[in-house]
Amino acid sequence: MKKIHITNGRIIDPANHIDQTGSLYIADGKILSVLNPIADFSADISIDATNNIVCPGFIDLSVRLRDPGQTHKGTLQSETIAAASAGVTGLCLPPDTQPVIDTQAVTELINDKAEKANYSQVYPIAALTYQLAGKELSSMATLKQAGCVAVSNANAPLANLLVLRRAMEYASSHNLLVILHPEEHSLNNNGCTHEGFFSTRYGLPGIPEASESIAVAQYLELARLTGCRLHFSQISCKAAVIKIQQAKKYGINITADVAIHQLHLTENDIEPFNSSYHVIPPFRTTKDLQKLREGLANGTINAICSDHQPHDLDAKLGAFPETEPGIASVETLLPLMLCLVEDNTITLSQGIACLSQNPASILGINSGALTPGFNADVCIFNAALSWAVNQQNWKSAGLNTPYWGEVFKGRVTHTLQSGKIIYTLE
Amino acid sequence: MSNLQLTQEGHLKHFITIEGLSKEILTNILDTAESFIGISQQQVKKVPLLRGKTIVNLFFENSTRTRTTFELAASRLSADVISIDIQTSATSKGESLLDTIRNLEAMHVDIFVVRHAISGAGHFIAQNTAPHISVINAGDGQHAHPTQAMLDMFTIRQHKHEFNTLKVGIIGDILHSRVVRSQIQALNTLGVEEIRVVAPKTLLPSHVEQLGVSVFNNIEESLDDLDVIIMVRLQKERMTSALLPSEREYFKCFGLTDERLKLAKADAIVMHPGPINRGVEIASSIADGPQSVILQQVSNGIAIRMAVMSLTLQNKEYAV
Repeated sequence: MKKIHITNGRIIDPANHIDQTGSLYIADGKILSVLNPIADFSADISIDATNNIVCPGFIDLSVRLRDPGQTHKGTLQSETIAAASAGVTGLCLPPDTQPVIDTQAVTELINDKAEKANYSQVYPIAALTYQLAGKELSSMATLKQAGCVAVSNANAPLANLLVLRRAMEYASSHNLLVILHPEEHSLNNNGCTHEGFFSTRYGLPGIPEASESIAVAQYLELARLTGCRLHFSQISCKAAVIKIQQAKKYGINITADVAIHQLHLTENDIEPFNSSYHVIPPFRTTKDLQKLREGLANGTINAICSDHQPHDLDAKLGAFPETEPGIASVETLLPLMLCLVEDNTITLSQGIACLSQNPASILGINSGALTPGFNADVCIFNAALSWAVNQQNWKSAGLNTPYWGEVFKGRVTHTLQSGKIIYTLE
Repeated sequence: MSNLQLTQEGHLKHFITIEGLSKEILTNILDTAESFIGISQQQVKKVPLLRGKTIVNLFFENSTRTRTTFELAASRLSADVISIDIQTSATSKGESLLDTIRNLEAMHVDIFVVRHAISGAGHFIAQNTAPHISVINAGDGQHAHPTQAMLDMFTIRQHKHEFNTLKVGIIGDILHSRVVRSQIQALNTLGVEEIRVVAPKTLLPSHVEQLGVSVFNNIEESLDDLDVIIMVRLQKERMTSALLPSEREYFKCFGLTDERLKLAKADAIVMHPGPINRGVEIASSIADGPQSVILQQVSNGIAIRMAVMSLTLQNKEYAV
């Protein structure tokens, strides 16, 4: 394995309370030393990180690769290349692949493919219920052994709260993290946008915020009842933030993340009937956005994910309610996080922690930090470098982003996964 | 949205929604319709204005009346018109909707009149069709039904002449009605004094007051001093989806009866976009009574659709 010396970068490693310019030494795929010089270190590769920030590689809690099963939308290869170019060294793959991640075989298939592709590390999340049908438990212990880091029912509904209670009890018996996307499907009523002025004005069926806050309240009670370790994925409304904040105060063992675009867009930003803005949970109001930002700043929300969902063109070509929801968002993760730093919502160190240290701690993996002995998962970026979201720069197979054509500041120059350079900006 | 509907010179190119159109444009549509109203009363009910033009009515959702009035409007303008009924099930995906449009485009069509069950369908077709084609929205989902709203404005103007002193009540299923959304936008653009929407909360969309209306849950309170009463059709399926308990209770609480009508101004007109449910939203005695202008609305529908068709096509020629 090669020895790598990263010089002159501003090293920000929130887990180890480091924010200092200096050198990072990597050997045998592991972090050897941060800042402290190593005598006689003869680097095979030297990376000059002058004017750049060197930080732990990002861990994205939700990235749809569309592989296996929907490779017309994206492949494990195309989407891990996109993730690598965004500084993401590890990503969680939700179980709603086709077939669903509910067998050892599918888990192994994904692990094999990820190993062959050799870009970002893929952490498969096992289905909470068999076939994600919401009725019978999946073989969670077997799936954990096969390499799944958590269990989730993705965006699929559960038959009833009894199934969820038992799934949570069973998962916690095997010390498995349960990731839930809070949504009371019966209240969604075929909605495709936030129930509010926008949905009323354009005659679009709306999803009330109560759909999310009611689910949060129910899941919190079950977490309390079962003692299960629970993580809320992609919360979107003010009421959810408040409930999670209160529950944390009472000592319930929970964490939460938010999708990056929810911190930037509201229903007021949606161009009428532009399907690029069709996403679930839907863009809500300015009040919700402000509370999400506040929750991120005060630690109620622990992590930021991309909720990357690449689509083929046809999936987004139609009248708004008929199109498939989701945004291809992994490549705009860093620049949009940096916007939050720019407008003083969070500090740079907080932002990096929300993308590395905190998701690693949610998953309980030894990553997300530049601790000597950890795998050398490193992201180097230039916070001032501008780039345009266009065909030339975009890596994901999904072009479905409301930010198409926009110019952002903040670009990854190098990504290292276990000491291997998986991305270099040309 | 307004840019999509207008040419660079600010003329009407598509007619998808009332939203974003100026008072001048709406008034021009009404004035143009006025000039067409006589044609239907002539012995030869035709003018050669759109001779040689091809108009295709694409109905992805059933409608007898709207389709018929569009067909008559087109043929009275001497255009060639064909109507195609397409079951929504065959084109539930955008790509096949687009394929349908592309195929018809290849037959050198000038106007698509589109009715579709999904909000935004007209907008989607206008964005994806060849630049020389005009799209007229004949109703998309719960979004808009601009020609219906304009024929209602036309009928109101026939009876009340000025809009700025009018108090208008819209009673019924506001939540699911594309007609109501377009009516509210048209009434506000034309500058009426007040719009009241009247329904139980289950049939009112959230934040409806932000559309520029006052909200009533009680019909008696809402009728006071009204100049125009617009009744909205109640779909039968609302009973089975837990929105209302029964037709009987609905009529008891929100039906327009003779006693209630007395609460409005003595010269108030009663409108209904049809088809009416007698004894559900409106008593027969009112539907057939002297204050009802329901059938006039239907005849005016032809003139309004003639006006919209001729305006979108004429403006295109000016632009070329």
